Amino acid sequence: MTAKTPMIEISRLRKCFGQLEVLKDINLQVEQGGVVALLGPSGSGKSTLLRCINLLVTPDDGTIRVGEASFQFGKSVQQPKTRSLAAFRTRTGMVFQSFNLFPHMSVLGNVIEAPIHVKGLDRKTATDQAMAQLEKVGLADRASQMPDTLSGGQKQRVAIARALAMEPEVMLFDEVTSALDPELVGEVLQAMQKLAADGMTMVIVTHEITFARDVADRVVFMRDGYVVEEGPAREVIDTPRMDATKTFLSHFHKGASPR
Amino acid sequence: MYEWDFSILWGYRWLLLQGLGVTVAFTAATVVGGLAIGMTAAICLLSRFRILRGFALGFIEVFRCTPVLVQLIWCYYALPMIAGIEMTPITASLLALSCYGGSFYAEIIRGGIVSIDPGQSEAASALGMTPALAMRRIILPQALRRMLPALMNQSILQFKNTSLVSVLAVPDLVYQGQIAAHDSFRPLETYSAVAVAYFMILFPLTLYVRRRERRLGEAR
Repeated sequence: MTAKTPMIEISRLRKCFGQLEVLKDINLQVEQGGVVALLGPSGSGKSTLLRCINLLVTPDDGTIRVGEASFQFGKSVQQPKTRSLAAFRTRTGMVFQSFNLFPHMSVLGNVIEAPIHVKGLDRKTATDQAMAQLEKVGLADRASQMPDTLSGGQKQRVAIARALAMEPEVMLFDEVTSALDPELVGEVLQAMQKLAADGMTMVIVTHEITFARDVADRVVFMRDGYVVEEGPAREVIDTPRMDATKTFLSHFHKGASPR
Repeated sequence: MYEWDFSILWGYRWLLLQGLGVTVAFTAATVVGGLAIGMTAAICLLSRFRILRGFALGFIEVFRCTPVLVQLIWCYYALPMIAGIEMTPITASLLALSCYGGSFYAEIIRGGIVSIDPGQSEAASALGMTPALAMRRIILPQALRRMLPALMNQSILQFKNTSLVSVLAVPDLVYQGQIAAHDSFRPLETYSAVAVAYFMILFPLTLYVRRRERRLGEAR
């Protein structure tokens, strides 16, 4: 690992929803080009942590830095303005479990929407770039279709292309295969794998343990708002040290353990 | 036994047509004005600022829960006395009916906006859109499509509500009908004709709305 500063740096992050403390003192760093998988049982705070990285969820306390932009949170710190929040979010792309494509726009319309209206690109340039992104996920021939004519796997690949069209420094994936029929999971994971191979910095919340083991270089295991264990993906998944991690992974392994 | 004689109406045809024109123009103007007011009030209702929410809620409830007739009279007679704003009957009527319609539109628009999946605004935010841009490009286009039948229903009611402006001597269809009725001593024929005119405009519109509603149901 080089000595350069990490792409994502999160320190002393806290978040409460009412009485419930969802994130308790989270520290996390992701190298440039690093792929980190966030694992853990539901309710462990992994999705909230992911949403804090692009500030869809505003933390109560702590610092978040992505690339050159950083925000500090706390009682004494003023809440960031909506404009600076929006500008910050253009640095990160996010893909959601439920796709969240814009149903009133064509596939191409979905992909060029933000480049035109947020970045201010002209339609021609935006369209060329969008077609290149759609080509990458294998859906260039669907550009003029409406989202509801696509399969779940195709929708999710469009969502990936839409996020990539903003040329983000970081991509966040929030259980992107959980809403898919099993036979459609592969095509989405494949697109993500290609992206990782291209050197994109990625944070992935997933239940696909095998995928995490193969594609992520680091795994962060969370429970009850804490990071319980983190380390190289294969090490944590094949030989977990903490009991919580062992229990969680035992639901998935089914004899796949290397021992 | 009363003897119906609709032939007398022929002599008043231009008067009644003129009235119909005023009614249609009034509806169009108050639908546009009402939508503008309703949209503003709906956005205020969804604002994070409590003052705006309170103001919009107060406005909506006052206009929703009082009779339009009273609002019309109030705008024309009371407002000049209290606020010193002199208004022609037409301006007063436009104001009152736009506010009345707007208070109903506001609830429809607010409902349409909140019915859109929160994932849509999340996705818009994640792409770097400001809330205003997301509202304009992502939320409203979907919401408006969904609420179109309800907005049209409300506009149909608005069309009929314009008949009340006759109390301020605005020469709409009902007002001209009254003149024709007094002049001809044939109120039953005149008012029947007025009713037929309303029906002929509104019936096709309701059919159209019903068809749209059905298609919306299928699309979902």
